[in-house]
Amino acid sequence: MEAIVFYLLAAVTVIGTLCAITARQAVRAIVYLVTSFFALALIFYLLGAPLVAAFEVIIYAGAIMVLFLFVIMMLDLGHPEKLAAPRLADWWPALLLLTAIIGSIVVLAAARQPAPVAGFTGISVREFSQALFTRYGVAVELISMQLLFALVGALYLGRRR
Amino acid sequence: MSVPLYHVLILAAILFAMGLACVVAWRANVIMMLIGIEIMLNAVMLTFVGGSAHWGIADGQLFALMLMALTSAEVSLALAMVVYLQRRKKSVNTDDFDMMKG
Repeated sequence: MEAIVFYLLAAVTVIGTLCAITARQAVRAIVYLVTSFFALALIFYLLGAPLVAAFEVIIYAGAIMVLFLFVIMMLDLGHPEKLAAPRLADWWPALLLLTAIIGSIVVLAAARQPAPVAGFTGISVREFSQALFTRYGVAVELISMQLLFALVGALYLGRRR
Repeated sequence: MSVPLYHVLILAAILFAMGLACVVAWRANVIMMLIGIEIMLNAVMLTFVGGSAHWGIADGQLFALMLMALTSAEVSLALAMVVYLQRRKKSVNTDDFDMMKG
């Protein structure tokens, strides 16, 4: 049952991302990407990471994508005629890369024997927080400083002169 | 859940490849390049979370969380730079910024 849900969500993620990277307008790409990120958040939940799933919805779909949308609307970039769409000549290196990577995945998957199915173990929020605030306390401090530097840098870049 | 780890890794690889293709194909547009970078970072987060679930250790999820903090800092700076470039040249086309003379 959970496996079926996983493959459905994987299909939603891949199709949403495919629509996003081929969309003609940036706003449509953002909306497709939000759909794809919601499905990815559910996959994280299925993989036993409820906290990461919640942060995916709150930070990625809720904050970062809205920031993109805000900048696109503030700068008035939504006109498809101004947004130079990639020509076929721009797509072929990308298609070459995509074919190479997916071809190698197919070769690897075909060569591999079906592995014994191992049940995933969920990680409780308690375990997660304990690791975060004891073993990785320094990293939390570093991240807070990094966010402060990003704030100062964004204020510096965004000031009017 | 009973999905083998390498199916999760295949999904992450496909997502990463699509993000890479987005960056390469839309290299004339700064916003779509940033979107491609977001897709790639999400694929990496999926790899971390899958490994964390497979081995039952919380470290992968912690790295996913740190990656999220890193991405929010990166996006805020990059979008501030997009606003700056738009004010300077009225364009987000990378071909308009081909000189590096300050």
